[in-house]
Amino acid sequence: MELFDNLGLGIETALRVENLLYCFIGVALGTAVGVLPGIGPTATIALLLPITFSLEPVTALIMLAGIYYGAQYGGSTTAILINLPGESSAAVTAIDGHEMALRGRAGAALATAAIGSFFAGTVATLLLALFAPPLARAALQFGPAEYFALVVLGLIASIALARGSTLKALAMILLGLVLGTVGQDLNTGVPRFTFGVRELYSGIDFVSLAVGLFGVAEILRNLEAERTRKVIVDKVSKLWPTRDDLRRMVAPILRGTAIGSALGVLPGGGHILAAFGSYSVEKRISRRRAEFGHGAIEGVAAPESANNAAAQTSFIPLLTLGLPAHPVMALMVGAFIIQGIVPGPNVIRNEPALFWGLIVSMWVGNLFLVILNLPLIGLWVKLLKVPYRILFPAIIAFAAIGTFSINLNPYDVFAIAFFGIVGYVLVKFGAEPAPLLLGFVLGPLLEENMRRALTISRGDPSIFLTRPISAALLGLAVLALVLAVLPAIRRRRDEVFLEDED
Amino acid sequence: MGVDRRQVLRRALPDIVAGFIFIAFGSFFALGALDYDLGTFFRMGPGLFPLLLGLSLVLIGAIVVGSGFVGDEDERTIGALPWRGIVLIPAAFVFFGLTVRGLGVVPAVFAATLLAGLASTRIQPLMAALIAAGLTVTSVVVFIVALQLRLPLIGPWLRF
Repeated sequence: MELFDNLGLGIETALRVENLLYCFIGVALGTAVGVLPGIGPTATIALLLPITFSLEPVTALIMLAGIYYGAQYGGSTTAILINLPGESSAAVTAIDGHEMALRGRAGAALATAAIGSFFAGTVATLLLALFAPPLARAALQFGPAEYFALVVLGLIASIALARGSTLKALAMILLGLVLGTVGQDLNTGVPRFTFGVRELYSGIDFVSLAVGLFGVAEILRNLEAERTRKVIVDKVSKLWPTRDDLRRMVAPILRGTAIGSALGVLPGGGHILAAFGSYSVEKRISRRRAEFGHGAIEGVAAPESANNAAAQTSFIPLLTLGLPAHPVMALMVGAFIIQGIVPGPNVIRNEPALFWGLIVSMWVGNLFLVILNLPLIGLWVKLLKVPYRILFPAIIAFAAIGTFSINLNPYDVFAIAFFGIVGYVLVKFGAEPAPLLLGFVLGPLLEENMRRALTISRGDPSIFLTRPISAALLGLAVLALVLAVLPAIRRRRDEVFLEDED
Repeated sequence: MGVDRRQVLRRALPDIVAGFIFIAFGSFFALGALDYDLGTFFRMGPGLFPLLLGLSLVLIGAIVVGSGFVGDEDERTIGALPWRGIVLIPAAFVFFGLTVRGLGVVPAVFAATLLAGLASTRIQPLMAALIAAGLTVTSVVVFIVALQLRLPLIGPWLRF
């Protein structure tokens, strides 16, 4: 079987000592980031990108992926222990998880989250291994017109599924796309929007943009209202769930895994939608509906499985199409490109060891997470108490030195300050930064494919509508946009997000 | 009437400001794109793609401004602004960028983290200095010792 050969190659790669080591470092860092106040996985991965440059590509990607799913995990720990979801998808875990903690069952809640996540991660990793290769093969048939349409669909879908104002998100995508044109034009070599500054010829630095938008803007938001975190659970004991707990969590974990795996593939906030969706499903079909909101174990098991499954399957569009489903994946695109690999359907064929190694490492990483999270929970509880006033200067120091170290270019450091302020202002006025980053990353791809498609058609723009696959994809994009803008649907969508928040 | 209008304006304010930011960026890029060869659809020049994007951004920005007056968007208050952070944090980055080569890593990081630390309203200057000192040591250990970054600890400006 081809699959087993491939997985064999993956196991061989993932189990190399340095890969195991960096996978472990990645998940440990990720968990720490998820637990620490006010710094999310997007900012962390952006901050750590420079450090991974010197690593081998597969090792670097394994570590970055580890940070991502590690942070998902850490986020649920804070959600359960202090009712502060470190990550947006963990918000729903906080509802019942924190209630369980208040009732002295923090240990059981954490164990449930760990078991659910591990199971979901395992299944989703297998799904990734099964579905990615055929999808990539299909994508290899795509010409420039289809690719253009696919990128458009990816961008539009990412805003249709996210929360907040659709119009502003659309504008943020355009802003990202247009910022992506700064620098030397690939085809003609003409420097665009560089004001004669040599340092801008290679374009706006991707790390600066991400660190500014997600790191600095976030710090400013946190400084608006400085709070002291209250940790009510000092010691977590009785980690192992009871037999009754175990029986009750089986079905929710299975359903959560299914929902999460499916939704994770979608662009935008697939994992957030998955967590909220699976929680609503459990609540609706449960015989103990009254317990929800008061520490129902199903309310922890389902969303935790869902968001971890989704975190895993969101790698599918990245690895097969080169399309990032959300900002963290956009950073992964950056990481691939920095390592000299173009993410997309060719990765499986040209870099099989990297592709399969990365997939297997996710399973290994999930195993590490269980080990890290359950016995070492005391350590994380201590980290919860790190005061923010120490943390944010540290973030700034790392951001400044790390970004400077890539090109030894002071403009990259100034760019952080610029995008920090721009990002903060835009967030203040209701525009989320995630679509901007997606647009920025996909801009060059969009322009290149548009050019190539139009050259093939001798300048006839109807090529995008006469090629069936391209037309279908663009049709879907228009449909997604219309649905997202229609007020009735928008309200329904917001309900899905809000339903169980309070 | 007067009060009414003020209320409408206040509710529309986030949309108006956001919309004008988009319009500003859009027109900047659209106008700038005219300086480059636009080419034809057959052979797109370097200016065409940014021109199309810039114009779309202006259009969407205008719709965002308009939507402020009709939309049923939930009310969004701007809230308190962390002025110290808004000034000091960018200042920290700019200072670092300007001085890291000249002053060297140690003074640049110390000053940047000190500036950043003072952005918090809950911190005493002495505490901020201690944190900055600690972070300077940590940064040197991580970046210079462990990651072998080739930067002077004390730069040429401070050598006599």
